[in-house]
Amino acid sequence: MSLVTPDFGLLFWMTLIFAIVFFVLAKWGFPAITGMVDKRSERINESIEKAREAEKMLSEMAERQAAMLEETRAEQGRILREAAQARDAIVTQAKQQAQDEAAKILDHTRTQIAAEKEAALQDIRCEVAALSVDVAEKILRDKLSDSKTQMDLVTRMVDEITKPAKPS
Amino acid sequence: MRRIKLILAVLFMALASAPLGAEELDMNEYLFGHVGDSYEWHITTVKGHPVSIPLPVIVRSKTSGWHVFSSRHLEEGIHEGFYISSSEKNSGKIVERGPSGEEIRPLDLSITKNVAGLMFNSALLVLLVLLTARWYKKHDAREEAPKGFAGVMEMMITMVEDDIIKECIGKEYKRYSPYLLTAFFFIFINNLMGIVPFFPGGANITGNIAVTFVLAMCTFLAVNLFGNKHYYKDIFWPDVPLFLKVIPLMPLIEIIGLFTKPFSLMIRLFANILAGHVMLLGVVAVVFLTAKLGFAMNAGLSAISVLFGVFLDILELLVAFLQAYVFTMLSAVFIGLSRQGD
Repeated sequence: MSLVTPDFGLLFWMTLIFAIVFFVLAKWGFPAITGMVDKRSERINESIEKAREAEKMLSEMAERQAAMLEETRAEQGRILREAAQARDAIVTQAKQQAQDEAAKILDHTRTQIAAEKEAALQDIRCEVAALSVDVAEKILRDKLSDSKTQMDLVTRMVDEITKPAKPS
Repeated sequence: MRRIKLILAVLFMALASAPLGAEELDMNEYLFGHVGDSYEWHITTVKGHPVSIPLPVIVRSKTSGWHVFSSRHLEEGIHEGFYISSSEKNSGKIVERGPSGEEIRPLDLSITKNVAGLMFNSALLVLLVLLTARWYKKHDAREEAPKGFAGVMEMMITMVEDDIIKECIGKEYKRYSPYLLTAFFFIFINNLMGIVPFFPGGANITGNIAVTFVLAMCTFLAVNLFGNKHYYKDIFWPDVPLFLKVIPLMPLIEIIGLFTKPFSLMIRLFANILAGHVMLLGVVAVVFLTAKLGFAMNAGLSAISVLFGVFLDILELLVAFLQAYVFTMLSAVFIGLSRQGD
């Protein structure tokens, strides 16, 4: 059999068989497979796209979260600062008030003491006057016969005594 | 290493037990009997009797019409006026005697060894591909990928489609994809079955010029039937100086080119597969040719021939894939050229 001359019988059968194989595979074989593979790769691409979007969203969210955290921290600092200021102000004010109050009480006490002292002095003066009169009377009873001259003398003397004791 | 030694030892023993000094090997008949076509499928020879599968002979004589009979009858000699010629011109073919005694070849549509092999391999291919396609019908391929055999098929199909078809053709690849995939797997499975040394493999199908001729013809039709305007303009009125077109030198060259492209496809596949078969057969023949040189020579050379045979078999596996790949790729390139500018 010659190797390089195509045999007609084989040509005929080969054409027929290849045509049938091609028909069957092109109709029910390969398109079904490649179509599905295409669909799957489409789906995989879609999923990758979705995953990328989700990742992007996630990173955006993380960024936003970080920004919010930063903001909150700033707010916190501000509030703390304000609170400290308010506290300081209140403390200062309270101190001031306490001082004022204390000063007022001290003043009041001082005037009261002064008044008491004055009253006490008055009392003592009267007592002394009466005592002096009594003493003078007893001393002068013998020496002075005239009661009027006696009285003038006594008054003048008492005034002389009390004047330097009295503070302006 | 120990396993290799064991295998070699078994081989040596098997060879030693083979009858030495058997009859002379007819190299011509041995080679052509294996790579050529025949009316029955010879499997082996047991004790001098050939074991073969008879195949139907279908012939149409101009004088006596259609004849269908088993090839077994041809062994006996002349059957219904037909016999296998041993003349120079029609060697191995069925002929009948004409009225003046000359040999006439009838119309011969016999199911020969190659046709039977072709049918078997094609049925196998269709089965394998349809089984794979069935997986996709039963599963939602968008949700899961096939495992096992369907996975292998999918991998190969996507490889051919992505690496060859999409790459070489471009946008309109979908139209040609079924043909190119069919061509790839058809060539691949026939190449592989050709390497299998026993029935139902071993038929030298893709190493037969009639088979490669039909395949190349299909590519030729796919290229030229669906070529676009740009492609035909390039053939009949290419962009070359006018004098090359008035004396139609360039169109002539282009038209010759139309035929040399599929011709090269046909010869490349045919020659590669045939050469592979011949090389393997030659290496195996060393075992029998050295039989009369004595045991030591025979055993030593047989061991070398077995090692070479293993090497060549592995090489042929590569060639089987490579030639299917090359045929498909070049077909796709030619088709791509006919769709340029789309």
